[in-house]
Amino acid sequence: MTFFTLTFYLFAAILVFAGLRVITTRNPVHAALWLVLSFFTSGAIWLMLQAEFLAIALVLVYVGAVMVLFLFVVMMLDVNFDSLRKQFRSYLPQGVIVGALVLLEMALVVVSSAIGGSEAPPLPTGSNTRALGQLLYVDYVYPFEIAAVVLLVAIIAAIALTHRKRKATRYQDPALQAKVRREDRVRIVQMPAEKG
Amino acid sequence: MSILVTPTLAHYLVLGAILFAIAMAGIFINRRNVIIMLMAIELMLLSVNLNFIAFSRYLGDMQGQVFVFFILTVAAAESAIGLAILVLLFRNVGSIDVEDLDALKG
Repeated sequence: MTFFTLTFYLFAAILVFAGLRVITTRNPVHAALWLVLSFFTSGAIWLMLQAEFLAIALVLVYVGAVMVLFLFVVMMLDVNFDSLRKQFRSYLPQGVIVGALVLLEMALVVVSSAIGGSEAPPLPTGSNTRALGQLLYVDYVYPFEIAAVVLLVAIIAAIALTHRKRKATRYQDPALQAKVRREDRVRIVQMPAEKG
Repeated sequence: MSILVTPTLAHYLVLGAILFAIAMAGIFINRRNVIIMLMAIELMLLSVNLNFIAFSRYLGDMQGQVFVFFILTVAAAESAIGLAILVLLFRNVGSIDVEDLDALKG
């Protein structure tokens, strides 16, 4: 048993444990932190699979940006999280059964097919980032640009959904100011003169 | 023979399957809490990415990693919009309980 093997089992155990804690913990902030741990551990396993660029991208994009967004939202919402767990026990058997069935089916597929014992082919020489870039910017350049558009749409959608006009602020509308006429502002009242 | 054999492709696939099953159970268990459901979806995407990278390594084909790149992009967009909808939901309904979202129920 080599150090590599030991590392794999260690990371796999941490990953499974962190995943279990994400779905069972009481506090959503803790769930987000456990999710950070599982992303980080996955990044380590991806490094062991020689996908260096994606491992770094996972840590930077997910741990650095998406999970911070999750934490922002969890802390911003003033929700009574205990009331959301009222029927936790009644949902538990259902969840365990479905999860076990899914796991059983997928494990059967993996075990019954002959993909188990295959040896990893030797790595191509050169850096992983360079090879990925060659593929991404040459063969997949149109999907790459579509991905950029998807991100742009996500930015605009997120802003458009959450943006709101604040009612308390007072501001001038120059168009309305220029359009105003005398009748809108001045009211001439005809009154009978007082007799006395 | 030791139980801890050298990891092969099947090991990574089973690890991904375990992670996917955990996330799926999480969606069922936390049926009321939208935030935890979003986190479970992130876990599912992570396990799918693990499968892609394992296949990419063991089949010697870099295209799997390109797909992981695109999945990461779409997942980031998904979580950004999902959280925006969540904030909007909380602002309008005052709760993130799935049971309270029955406005479309007849």
